[in-house]
Amino acid sequence: MRRRVVFNNRFLPYFLLAPQVAITIIFFFWPAGQAIYQSVLRQDPFGLRTKFVYLENFQAVLSDPLYIEAIQVTVIFSVSVTIFVMVVALLFAVMADRQIRGAQAYKTLLLWPYALAPAVAAVLWMFIFHPSIGVIGKALNNSGLPWDYHLNSVQAFVLVVIASSWKQIAHNFLFFLAGLQSVPIAVVEAALIDGASAWKLFRSILFPLISPTTFYLLTVNLVFAFFDTFGVIHALTRGGPGRSTTTLMYKAYMDGYVNLNLGESAAQSVILIIIVSVIVWAQFRYMEGKVHYT
Amino acid sequence: MITKSARNLSVHLTRQGVLHLIAQNTRNLPVHVILIVAVIIFAFPVYLAFIGSTWDAGTIGRGAMPLTPGPDLVENYTNTLTSAQGGRVKGVAVQGLLWNSLQMALLIAIGKIIISVLSAYAIAFFDFRFRMFFFGMIFLTWMLPIEVRIAPTYKVMSDLGLINTMAGLTIPLMASATGTLLFRQFFLTIPDEYVEAAKIDGAGPLRFFWSIVLPLSRTNIAALFVVLFIYGWNQYLWPLLITTTRDMETIVVGIVKMIGTGEAQTDWNLVMSGTVFALLPPVLVVILMQQWFVKGLVQTEK
Repeated sequence: MRRRVVFNNRFLPYFLLAPQVAITIIFFFWPAGQAIYQSVLRQDPFGLRTKFVYLENFQAVLSDPLYIEAIQVTVIFSVSVTIFVMVVALLFAVMADRQIRGAQAYKTLLLWPYALAPAVAAVLWMFIFHPSIGVIGKALNNSGLPWDYHLNSVQAFVLVVIASSWKQIAHNFLFFLAGLQSVPIAVVEAALIDGASAWKLFRSILFPLISPTTFYLLTVNLVFAFFDTFGVIHALTRGGPGRSTTTLMYKAYMDGYVNLNLGESAAQSVILIIIVSVIVWAQFRYMEGKVHYT
Repeated sequence: MITKSARNLSVHLTRQGVLHLIAQNTRNLPVHVILIVAVIIFAFPVYLAFIGSTWDAGTIGRGAMPLTPGPDLVENYTNTLTSAQGGRVKGVAVQGLLWNSLQMALLIAIGKIIISVLSAYAIAFFDFRFRMFFFGMIFLTWMLPIEVRIAPTYKVMSDLGLINTMAGLTIPLMASATGTLLFRQFFLTIPDEYVEAAKIDGAGPLRFFWSIVLPLSRTNIAALFVVLFIYGWNQYLWPLLITTTRDMETIVVGIVKMIGTGEAQTDWNLVMSGTVFALLPPVLVVILMQQWFVKGLVQTEK
């Protein structure tokens, strides 16, 4: 899309674009190029020689049992967070969409956790579920249920899911609420006049009509669970116990910074870039197909 | 049936929501109960952090913290702010960390707004060679959150000598497509007649930008600012990598480092008052500027 009337100036538009383009090249394309370049090279242990190894780094990464394990953790984790967040947020949104006393206050009171950093959320939940000093963690231990997320991988996983979902529920709530409130009132009236029950109205009318929002949130939540939860995992479990909370993102960080395996870490970055691109691409395809809804 | 529904409809037609129409046959009490429970669950972690920040380290460390405020509020907050030295942890004075976070959040927000408003203006109001090429280039960055390219970006940063600098902390986070897309979208809604009128009056592109476009963009700029401030304040991975000295740390990274390995022997009172300092600014921004925040969030993401 372009305007009919535009300014004509030989140099000004390039000048206006320069800051953004410069930053984009230096901090996006150069690093991304480096990642691709590094991912096909291998350095000897002293960093003296590098040689071209085709896709060997990718082969090494993808056949590494630890990487396969991280893929499994990431998939289970992302699906858990996404489902949990969306079910709870949709429930809250449906409730808050009703015209009840204090609706605006509820909205504010359910929105603010979105302002928290994932790492801060992790610290808060750690303080609640710490096995010896946490209010709930200690209560669980006292009541005979052994609770220690430092030792039990299922408990660690559950805690990371809760801490990650908390602020994301606030985000999804806002979008679901906006989606519900934009459903044309005439459609709802027609359904009610035809005698539709509340459940039927939700299932057959409202849920299909907010499907663009739902799909959009699905992709946003997946990207969130893949990358933004790094702070939660780093602050709460450091990927442990064992490797039970080591996601692809956390593994890329560990291999790149702590273990300094440049070639394989670059290959991991390239794989992450491909995953994000596929998610974003799927979102665009879907949005294109569903334009008539919005 | 029809008459009953129709009568109910006429009562409810003026309302804004949609699902209120469902509510006509049910009572509102269960709804209130669910929402109040939700609000309490949402607020509980922050309440507990506040309580933790009002007791001494010993009481918390024994697992004996009550659910009501204790006597050490002033002492804990003063200590955290000025030195953060506890019996067991040697923290960094939180006032320095807060200052770093504030600088980082403001620089990212302002920097990103400036560069994206300029680039969007160029793309929307000029016709020039490679226009779509540049637009596509900026657009591509939308797909690459900083997390996926940390390793190579870090390498570039150290090559450029930007480790441990405020520039290194902020500039890589300024370039992303969201701001440019938002402003371009808005600029396309400015009528052609405005541009024609400006040309007839002899105003050049810079004058038009300054006197017409910028004032029209005020609410968009405010909305974007709120969203970006929170985005900048909450950064974790990037500051963790780029800062290697403690005086450059941000508050979010600082409090996680104070916990260390998460043992009971941490000065939890100081960690919790630090946490309150870390979460208060973004939460206040969201609550006080809720309208702009919601507008910005919906626009930048959709």
